Amino acid sequence: MAEEVLVFGAWGSPFSRRVEMALKLKGIEYKFIEEDLTNKSPSLLKYNPVHKKIPVLVHNGKPVAESLVILEYIDETWKDHPILPKDPYERANARFWAKFIDEKCLSAIFKACWGACWGEEKEHEKAEIEHEKAVKEVSELLQFLENELKEKRYFGGETVGLLDIAANTIGYWLGVFEEASGVELLTREKFPKLCNWANEFVCVTAIKENLPPRDKLIAYFRNRFGAGNASK
Amino acid sequence: MAEESVKLLGYWGSPFALRVKWALKLKGIQYHYVEEDLPNKSPMLLQYNPVYKKIPVLVHDDKPLAESLVILEYIDEEWKQNPLLPIDPYERAKARFWAKFADDKCVPPVMAAFSKKGEEQERAAKEARENLKTLESGLEGKRFFGGETIGFVDIAAGWIGCWARMTGEIIGINLIDAETMPLLDAWFQDFLEVPFIKECMPPQDKLLEHNKEFHKILTAAST
Repeated sequence: MAEEVLVFGAWGSPFSRRVEMALKLKGIEYKFIEEDLTNKSPSLLKYNPVHKKIPVLVHNGKPVAESLVILEYIDETWKDHPILPKDPYERANARFWAKFIDEKCLSAIFKACWGACWGEEKEHEKAEIEHEKAVKEVSELLQFLENELKEKRYFGGETVGLLDIAANTIGYWLGVFEEASGVELLTREKFPKLCNWANEFVCVTAIKENLPPRDKLIAYFRNRFGAGNASK
Repeated sequence: MAEESVKLLGYWGSPFALRVKWALKLKGIQYHYVEEDLPNKSPMLLQYNPVYKKIPVLVHDDKPLAESLVILEYIDEEWKQNPLLPIDPYERAKARFWAKFADDKCVPPVMAAFSKKGEEQERAAKEARENLKTLESGLEGKRFFGGETIGFVDIAAGWIGCWARMTGEIIGINLIDAETMPLLDAWFQDFLEVPFIKECMPPQDKLLEHNKEFHKILTAAST
């Protein structure tokens, strides 16, 4: 059966990488289209007129946008190597935590790494307090994930699942943000399970093959957001 | 089938709890409802939802679930009668997309229009109208998002029709424009007239009073 699968994405985006990771895990062939986000293609705008963003999956001409929606579509369309468990409660749990990562963790991490870098001396104290608050918030959020992992190898259990893929931002991009900004967030002493998980996660073939080069990514974020919030 | 214990922690004026009530009603699920006093949250709520400390929380056989859209999907997968989501994966993806769009892009500007003043309020109202117009495109000319009958997106977003109108009344700015979004307007009307939907709605006069009070507090707080 002739099948056409396109993925519109960007090399450094954890969101489009999620889609590629899921397709790779399931052994689905696809064509990747690198978008220049400063100059979006007519195709992207046609396939995602609502948000005009990547990633977009186009399956036999039908577009799906929003990475978590795409992951569920992929799991329902290609049944081999399921990324969601069968039990409805376990599925709901995975969805809850994936949503948590996207809605709470990312913005908090960004704020801790790059939020409010006031240059003026009189603002310095205020910036310090804001920074400490942001770091504390990330710590609390990561603690939830640390607890959720329990004794499992992956969030999905014995194999990588939807939540592991959604947590790629924590498993790889967080380390990049830390190095680019100089802010330490995911420490081994506070989050041993999460650190172990991150190490295992990036070793899985389908994941490893879809991680953008670390140095290139660090340079990109340093360039885009500056040197970061690390106290000198 | 053994009697299952289903508990819903909610708040009478919350549209997010209302979504869950609608889904349970549609599927004929009996449940025990617990009304939370939001300024004074119960230890039970904090135990069941330590992450957000919010309602609604659905508890099924002592297993808690939070986040209303996640709860809707759970209800749909646990109880198969009167399905909320369609069978086809592409249609399901579209439904999830629009439910997310309503929550991420329609609800926040409506709430901002409700709580802000002056230029900020005008901007929020403009954004709300634009995004509601975009939501209309998701209807694809159908009567309901679910087709001839109510589905996932209807239950997820239908309440906006009532709340946006109420907000518009309170702030004096029309958010749902029957002229520029006739299909959306018709959908809201049709949806809110469906008997079981109407039955579960909180009393409108009580809700209006409650929201008026809430508006006073919010706008007194914002400078």
